[in-house]
Amino acid sequence: MKKTGAQILCETLIKEGVEIVFGIPGGSTLPIYDTLPQYPQLRHILFRHEQGAAHAADGYARVSNKAGVCFATSGPGATNLVTGIANAYMDSSPLVCITGQVGRPFIGKDAFQETDISAITLPITKYNYLVTETEKLSTTIREAFHIAQTGRPGPVVIDIPKDVQQEEVEFNYPEKIDLPGYKIVSRVHAVQIKKAAKLIGVARKPVIIAGRGVVLSGAYDELKEFAEKAQVPVVTTLLGLGSFPQNHILNFDWLGMHGMVHANMAVQNADVIIAIGMRFDDRATADTKKFAQHAKVIHIDIDPAEIGKNVPVDVPIVGDIKNVLRAINKEIETKEHVDWISLIGEWRYEHQSLKIVESEGLLPDYVIQQIYKETYGNATIVTGVGQHQMWAAQHYVYNKPNTLIMSGGLGTMGFELPAAIGVNIGCPKEAVWCIAGDGSIQMTIQELATIRQENLPVKIAIINNGYLGLVRQWQELFYNRSYVGVKLWNPDFVAIAKAYDIPGIKVTHREDVVPAIQKAIDNPGPFLIDFMVEPESNVYPIIPPGERLDKSLEIPPMETINKSKVMSYGKRSK
Amino acid sequence: MEKDPSNKKHILVALVEDKPGVLARVASLFRRRGFNIQSLAVGHCEHAHLSRMTIVTKGRFLDIEQVRKQLDKLINVVRVTDITDRSMVARELALIKVNATAATRNEIIQIVDIFRANIVDVSINTLTVEATGDESKLESLLDLLRRFGIKEISRTGKIAMARQ
Repeated sequence: MKKTGAQILCETLIKEGVEIVFGIPGGSTLPIYDTLPQYPQLRHILFRHEQGAAHAADGYARVSNKAGVCFATSGPGATNLVTGIANAYMDSSPLVCITGQVGRPFIGKDAFQETDISAITLPITKYNYLVTETEKLSTTIREAFHIAQTGRPGPVVIDIPKDVQQEEVEFNYPEKIDLPGYKIVSRVHAVQIKKAAKLIGVARKPVIIAGRGVVLSGAYDELKEFAEKAQVPVVTTLLGLGSFPQNHILNFDWLGMHGMVHANMAVQNADVIIAIGMRFDDRATADTKKFAQHAKVIHIDIDPAEIGKNVPVDVPIVGDIKNVLRAINKEIETKEHVDWISLIGEWRYEHQSLKIVESEGLLPDYVIQQIYKETYGNATIVTGVGQHQMWAAQHYVYNKPNTLIMSGGLGTMGFELPAAIGVNIGCPKEAVWCIAGDGSIQMTIQELATIRQENLPVKIAIINNGYLGLVRQWQELFYNRSYVGVKLWNPDFVAIAKAYDIPGIKVTHREDVVPAIQKAIDNPGPFLIDFMVEPESNVYPIIPPGERLDKSLEIPPMETINKSKVMSYGKRSK
Repeated sequence: MEKDPSNKKHILVALVEDKPGVLARVASLFRRRGFNIQSLAVGHCEHAHLSRMTIVTKGRFLDIEQVRKQLDKLINVVRVTDITDRSMVARELALIKVNATAATRNEIIQIVDIFRANIVDVSINTLTVEATGDESKLESLLDLLRRFGIKEISRTGKIAMARQ
């Protein structure tokens, strides 16, 4: 039967199980949008900026275990997606981005709203396509979903010229796709498993570092069985939070620049590191040359190119983490590491990474802790990038996978609000709290309109310190407190919310925090709280740049904080 | 990296899909990971819809291994092998246009014969030589021809194949 390219697109999307599309229409996607009403199974969520649509698709993908799909028009529509695509690429999030392109006769002529988006996105996609034959559209879409969702997931862009969307061709749904160069390791290498098991068997101070790969593979039970059977303490990466219950006796929190001192010390002093679905990012390892110098490293990852990329590896195991851990669990023997585990416990006691300074003022960590208490730890937390992100990671407790959604690898400010939309649509039964920075949220604040239009019950907590806080902190600690370009003039966020018909409340006093959170929870729709927190609170612990993993700066005692800061801690913010 | 003594020349042979944009993907990957391509030769091979690429690059083994893995990850790359340390045949073709006068022409032809190269074009003032061989052979030929005055050189870059 003959169908137009736009119809073929919609029908193939439905066959791939797509229910939600995030996007903005434009000149080059008009034929697709004109076709959408024929397919009520596809729900379109209208955004205000394509970056928002891409982050929402990313957030949706992370909680729904399905590829997130977004639509954008050619030219600026497509280039606006770029940050969102790069973000998904760094965090291995499956996206399928459909962009309109000018008609085939106009390609290469610098036509109105023409951009070579496949060239632009070449280094930030797992793969991308420019569809030049309508007959190949359906196969292309099927390939795109397969590539985006399998192996190490990632974003795929399909650029579809307008005349391809309009052209009518005979449509046969392709049953098979052929990707001769696309290799996914499915077999578990038995020899490597044996080597790993042997190393784990002789380890005296082993540590597991669990990353986002565990979440992507859905290997929580296998990880738990492994840790418990071999009695290996678990630390996670930032994006690995939730891959292992944080209330588990073997959990020792997360490592890295703002990670816990005891987690960093455990890794630095380990004799065997079992790195699972993580990629030794510099924010996790600190100085890679001095990283865990005495440890043998077992690295389990589905992406062979991650092995040995940043840190030398003794036993590489390439494969799906779930399968690999199952094989390892069969091979290893029950062990005990009582002394080692109590030593890390002692470090945790000695170096209380998260002690809160006694203060009358409104401290950001206090706010996060109250959100945790009032939501009983059951909310899904979505953050932007900056100090608020680190406090949210530190002071909320993540016992279940996919309960913390954040931009890790790319560090994209403005991720929080649109991603929270995607998360809410992906798991509508869960409470979603968008913990935002006052700087971060202003990069995508227009998506408040999307929240209102779709009436999504996203609770927004702005940790408002009037600064680009993490940059200010670096200027304070490493640039002689010379503040340049970090002080923010901010609008009245509650008034902004009100303009978008979203109720909100400003909180300046400690005692008003809990009632405000309760009010947000009791309100059935979206709600915004503007927490006017202490302007110069710092995120501790912090590993200074270029330092070794176990050289964190810990929160200084009150008397050593310089005078002006003591005063500002004591006084209430405006 | 230049000063690293372990910095050596590597020959990667890749079987790639014969599709538009594949060369751009390979080139982009080298650029992004900070590597130089010294030469790259590509052409059809024994499989329909596939091409074989020979890439010559320079670097430390671990870095080259990282590039090889990244290349292998490209969807259009079916297989990629570092054949540097294997027994192999490697050849390159060069076209060399050299100044030739009545007085020097015979000497040039003798040199060309010794190198089993061919004269493929003659003009009043020049000879064009076609030479095939490994890198050292071509370099020696060029050294000998240089004193006559070389007007133009065009080289294909290496193609290579592991021995059985």
